[in-house]
Amino acid sequence: METVFTPWQSLGGGVLIGTAAVLLMLTLGRIMGATGILAGLVTPVSRDDFAWRLAILLGMVSGPLAVMAVTGRMPEIVVPGSPALLIIGGLIVGVGVTFGSGCTSGHGICGMARFSKRSIAATLVFMATTTATVFIVRHVVGA
Amino acid sequence: MRLISAYLIGLIFGVGIAVSGMMNPAKVLNFFDFAGSWDPSLIFVMAGGLVVATLGYRFVLPRPAPLLGERFMLPQTRAIDARLIGGSAVFGIGWGLSGFCPGGALPALGTGKLDVYVFVAAVVAGILLAKMLNRIGSRPAALSKA
Repeated sequence: METVFTPWQSLGGGVLIGTAAVLLMLTLGRIMGATGILAGLVTPVSRDDFAWRLAILLGMVSGPLAVMAVTGRMPEIVVPGSPALLIIGGLIVGVGVTFGSGCTSGHGICGMARFSKRSIAATLVFMATTTATVFIVRHVVGA
Repeated sequence: MRLISAYLIGLIFGVGIAVSGMMNPAKVLNFFDFAGSWDPSLIFVMAGGLVVATLGYRFVLPRPAPLLGERFMLPQTRAIDARLIGGSAVFGIGWGLSGFCPGGALPALGTGKLDVYVFVAAVVAGILLAKMLNRIGSRPAALSKA
């Protein structure tokens, strides 16, 4: 299924994501990683630690609502796969990011921006296996 | 003050994810489909995020401490080991199957779409499963050391 190429929106969105990462480091001294934030909510280490993670999650969840308030439209979400694929994919993502210590935001943006060799390696590896998975699902299995 | 800052930063991140297209699996998966309906948009997300974060960190990290915290909490691990590579490889497979990554899915909860809640619940289950496997995996090592 085709999607519309949106270079300017995507660049603008990327700039906002980067800005959030810089501001979180400047204020709380933390890496802006979705994996770390979620994992810290699931297995909290202290009340204060839980509180800032919950606050940032509530902010994230308000994001699409703010976009709707301004543009009048909810951001589009189209899921090409089945619910079963979402559950299996989600489980695999949860296991992978825990062992891999991060995902697209933590390794791909924050880690690479610090020139962390671990994050560069992690990003190259997951970009490669994502590409291979999409190729197999769409062109070998032929969904 | 810490909580208000965290909320507003989350909001900036969430708006960024929404505007960029990262919360739409159809768009994310097309970025990886070079052999089919390729949509290069996500390279612009990565570029915008990386340029701002790289420049911003250069000004922030040399400071003695964050404004509202005691110190910068940076990962201390340096080793590129099997856990990092294997975990990242596995994450990519899940991302490729579902089209959601955690950074895209958490803000997407705000749309109220059931698909997103199903995915995030599965990710939480996966995190708990991995932590359990971790404990089982570390037990024999602890025994052999003793």
